[in-house]
Amino acid sequence: MARVVVDVMLKPEILDPQGQAVQRALPRLGFDGISDVRQGKRFELEVEGPVDEAALARIHDLAESFLANTVIEDFTVKVEEVAEAAK
Amino acid sequence: MSRTPLDTVEHAAATPDVELPWAELGLKKDEYERVVEILGRRPTGAELAMYSVMWSEHCSYKSSKVHLRQFGEKAPESDALLVGIGENAGVVDVGQGYAVTFKVESHNHPSYVEPYQGAATGVGGIVRDIIAMGARPVAVVDPLRFGAADHPDTKRVLPGVVAGIGGYGNCLGLPNIGGEVVFDACYQGNPLVNAGAIGVMRHEDIHLAKASGAGNQVILYGARTGGDGIGGASILASETFDDAKPSKRPAVQVGDPFQEKLLIECTLEAFREKLVVGIQDLGAAGLSCATSELASNGSGGMRVTLDDVPLRDSTLSPEEILMSESQERMCAVVEPGKVDRFLEICAKWDVIATVIGEVTDGDRLEIFWHGGKIVDVDPRTVAHDGPVYERPYARPDWQDVLQADDAGKLPRPATGEELKDQVLRLVGSPNQASKKWITSQYDHFVQGNTVLAQPEDSGMIRIDEESGLGVAIATDGNGRYAKLDPYTGAQLALAEAYRNVATTGARPLAVSDCLNFGSPEDSAVMWQFAEAVRGLADGCRQLGTPVTGGNVSLYNQTGEAAIHPTPVVAVLGVIDDVARRTPVAFQEEGQLLYLLGDTREEFGGSAWSQVVHDHLGGMPPKVDLERERLLAEILISASRDGMIDSAHDLSDGGLVQAVVESALLGGKGARLVVPDGLDAFTFLLSESAGRAVVAVPRSEEVRFNDMCGARGLPATRIGVVDGDAVEVQGEFTLSLAELRETHEQTIPSLLA
Repeated sequence: MARVVVDVMLKPEILDPQGQAVQRALPRLGFDGISDVRQGKRFELEVEGPVDEAALARIHDLAESFLANTVIEDFTVKVEEVAEAAK
Repeated sequence: MSRTPLDTVEHAAATPDVELPWAELGLKKDEYERVVEILGRRPTGAELAMYSVMWSEHCSYKSSKVHLRQFGEKAPESDALLVGIGENAGVVDVGQGYAVTFKVESHNHPSYVEPYQGAATGVGGIVRDIIAMGARPVAVVDPLRFGAADHPDTKRVLPGVVAGIGGYGNCLGLPNIGGEVVFDACYQGNPLVNAGAIGVMRHEDIHLAKASGAGNQVILYGARTGGDGIGGASILASETFDDAKPSKRPAVQVGDPFQEKLLIECTLEAFREKLVVGIQDLGAAGLSCATSELASNGSGGMRVTLDDVPLRDSTLSPEEILMSESQERMCAVVEPGKVDRFLEICAKWDVIATVIGEVTDGDRLEIFWHGGKIVDVDPRTVAHDGPVYERPYARPDWQDVLQADDAGKLPRPATGEELKDQVLRLVGSPNQASKKWITSQYDHFVQGNTVLAQPEDSGMIRIDEESGLGVAIATDGNGRYAKLDPYTGAQLALAEAYRNVATTGARPLAVSDCLNFGSPEDSAVMWQFAEAVRGLADGCRQLGTPVTGGNVSLYNQTGEAAIHPTPVVAVLGVIDDVARRTPVAFQEEGQLLYLLGDTREEFGGSAWSQVVHDHLGGMPPKVDLERERLLAEILISASRDGMIDSAHDLSDGGLVQAVVESALLGGKGARLVVPDGLDAFTFLLSESAGRAVVAVPRSEEVRFNDMCGARGLPATRIGVVDGDAVEVQGEFTLSLAELRETHEQTIPSLLA
């Protein structure tokens, strides 16, 4: 079994009100030195069967058409091995 | 790669032969030559950015201006108008010392590209227009047009638009009280997302956009400036500078409703303390628009240091900063002694505020960047002296063919059973079906002053808790009618909105409009536009309701196919006591149903012709504005004197649509009798204008009849509120359960 992670981020030039809110809260809470925060979404997809090129292409499609709004967001797809005996 | 020197005014004067990308920025050759002539040299990159964006169709109204003048020239005498066309929004006196400002604008194209953010920022933009007048926003409305309801792209665009309007408006805490949703294949690829807002203030609090008084400080406050909505400027920047940029694509504007809420509170507090000389919201054309308009509406001189503009993206070029359409920003002009207090208020609301310049006693707008002067212009030439086009217009050849294709010739139902079947199809068709699935995503009641909201004929808001003073607003526009005859279609839109306001018991006062059309470079479209404006201006004069402002959206077309001409008209009315309002829903069994007005055989552009025959042809219903005025007076008097308990205006779908809606909303049926001289089909489905159906308590019948008789308004008794079905005697009976199922399932099954 493998896990594929899709990270979705607003494109750099797009305003990110949530990230800004976090960034503004940081100094108020005493955390200095952070000049910018951008917030995104992480999807963890558990894939049945082998994660071959065809599977990745399918995931790329679903990310492009469903998980990300490519008008304003970018996404990356990466494979993450799931350790069987985790923890 | 060596960096080209900063394109300052001196540099421009010294290098007259440098080619600028004026065509890519949307300027025509003669327009560019005019800029060179005005300046006496080639413009700098920054100046070109300003001229190109301010002289665009959207900002300069260059194709529509010559026609729009009629709204001023034909404006009726009105004591109610405090501020007219040309300001951020018009202001109307509603009595008791209150003034109301309202306006409708379009955000069509951005909403097609990115439905959620496009619609959200549409709401944000219109709300800032209201704040800039010094008013507290109290409600929004949203007239929408989409492609065919069953088209896959509608399923992409509509839910996004609805969620965007709901998300932004609900976050701001503004109730959404009205609007419309219409589907038609002509809007495929060109959905119309119009947004309207209403604000309330005291008379003494009206504020106008101007910058006067040398030494006064120019303060930019609100969000930081980013690359949002920059179209052509990026081209310019990339041709002028060789920096690597993260993206050359125009960035979609993203709304931040919480920031807008802070702007509202911060601006109104600054107004209360009388800290503001002039103010302007930043919408289309951003700082280019704000600085040139503020300066030219004042004494004319302003000096701005662009380096001081707080940026979200430090790689922005000065051209991009000038053209950025980042949301939630405003520009205020403040006397030097009051700057500290103004900044203090902004800090309290956590709003970034920066002095970016000052008013000067000259008449030039000068903008500096890295110590160099990159703009030196007469601001009037940017803001007001844009090109004006007398675009050729001609009645298209196909208009006669269209009008000759009479809908009266379409086959009509032969039996009661067939009529019943067609009525059911009508009330279940996407345009006539309940829009509850859409409107229930908006908060109607936040702030606690909403008296009426969708699906009532008009939205109504209480503005004074003590006296019950309220305002009502209705928006209407039927593109099918306007396609058949733009002059009449525009007047029908006005008449319907006027009637809708009066039906709820409010007195219509003023008009705002959003004129959505195809390309002005098409002479047929330009003819439609000219006719619609003429019709609207004539109609407003006759009804005594001045146009206070609005917006024109052109180029709503894909290839050769333009949308139906769609003038959307908003009418604002006042009601002395909202407790006297008239709802749509039937209230009590046994009340008598009266049809007010004349019913003729009018089916051109009707909902019936569309639903049953997929037909558009013939002439739209006749307009009689004197009759509309009389009908309105009767409806308002009857409401005030308690003679009617419910009322519904008759428009698309005719009488049967109105009765079904009143019955379903009230949970009470109706028994109808076809009056003498009419056949059942015409009685139920004709769309003759100037009509309403009212429910009169038996105890008021004589008084009501006397009033209609004395004033000469035809009032025909057509039935009674009764039972749990809509029955048309001798024709058919439809149970409320079946009607409800049909009427309410359509939209969720298509879109949910």
